[in-house]
Amino acid sequence: MKITPYGVRGSLAAPGPATARYGGNTSCVRVTGPDGAVLVLDAGTGIRSLGLDLLPGIRRVDVLLTHLHMDHIIGLGFFGPLYDPGMEVHIWGPASATLSLEARLRRYLAPPLFPVLLRDLPCRLELHHTVRGRFSIGAFQVRAARVCHPGPTVGYRIETERASLAYLPDHEPALGARRFPLEGEWTSGLDLARGADLLLHDAQYTREQYPRHVGWGHSAIHDALAFARLAGVRHLVPFHHDPGRDDEALEAAIGAAIADMRPEFPVTPAAEGSSFDLG
Amino acid sequence: MAQQPVEMILVRQLAGYLYVPVLVFDTTGTVLFYNEPAERILGVRFEETGRIDPKEVDRLIELSDDAAAGHEESERPVHSALLHRRPVHARRWLLRRSDRVRLQVEITAFPVIDQDDRLLGAVAMFWEQQAP
Repeated sequence: MKITPYGVRGSLAAPGPATARYGGNTSCVRVTGPDGAVLVLDAGTGIRSLGLDLLPGIRRVDVLLTHLHMDHIIGLGFFGPLYDPGMEVHIWGPASATLSLEARLRRYLAPPLFPVLLRDLPCRLELHHTVRGRFSIGAFQVRAARVCHPGPTVGYRIETERASLAYLPDHEPALGARRFPLEGEWTSGLDLARGADLLLHDAQYTREQYPRHVGWGHSAIHDALAFARLAGVRHLVPFHHDPGRDDEALEAAIGAAIADMRPEFPVTPAAEGSSFDLG
Repeated sequence: MAQQPVEMILVRQLAGYLYVPVLVFDTTGTVLFYNEPAERILGVRFEETGRIDPKEVDRLIELSDDAAAGHEESERPVHSALLHRRPVHARRWLLRRSDRVRLQVEITAFPVIDQDDRLLGAVAMFWEQQAP
């Protein structure tokens, strides 16, 4: 399983020289399986480049949305495979209590926000409500569960026979906790992340910023490290970087958290163009 | 121990901030959590007991009908909330067995149901009657 981030920024794209090292696109990650199958995690602005990089022989792509906040779907209309009649595109994501995934996506993929209607896309498009529990996509075993973030939001755990990835890009497990972390039974997202080879986790705020953003659905870097330790992951990739944090500030913030927390696992800030090969 | 659903985690977090006694139950009637104000109702501390199974709850407190409340369902409020997936509000006498103190309480019990219509547990809030 090979994991390649195409967008690592949270909330709003932040392109420019100050963010060139880690990248300014919003959430989008390619996961390539041992059989060549491709999963796309979220459809932020990074998905445009991801679509261009797909090998010509691929005829099916599965896009797994964690939730429908704008920074996670804004790139969807610019995903090339949607306009290829020979492509089969499956989009997975959470419904709400009253609206289907299709009805929720139509709010964006329709005028006045977007000129092309969902129903007019020429690819073979199938929409799937992300369900609790496990489902299979090619060689991937996927597990989804609701996690702590405003609105219907899921996290994913993706496994092959040899490796496991947990993807929790927008996640505030410390919400309401008088001390964090609590024991695992009472920690959002823990079952998805437990023992994962690689965890991509929300790390938007510094510890100093977090108190002003409680309830916004994101984590302090220190809390991401504490969560990863509690879950016993083997490698943490802080993700969903704050759009206001340039490359130097990002490295300083994550470096300070590492110095404080002294994690016993490697911590590698997510960067566009990097990749993780889990075998 | 498996992780609780996020809805139950948020219910517990909320209970931890409230002034009124709150008990959080799973679908079997086991008390998963109770807040500090509820420790006074039960006569035990959560940090000492952890979760409490239904039989142990019966050893801690006894609920009985309050005749002055008129006709009410005699079913236990939490049991009724779980069984019928409906909110219940009832007045009861509560006997705290550890010191035999009797409290007149109103109990609000409601089921916790997620967006997939799945019953996850129930919450009971205790409102002590104020002396006139």
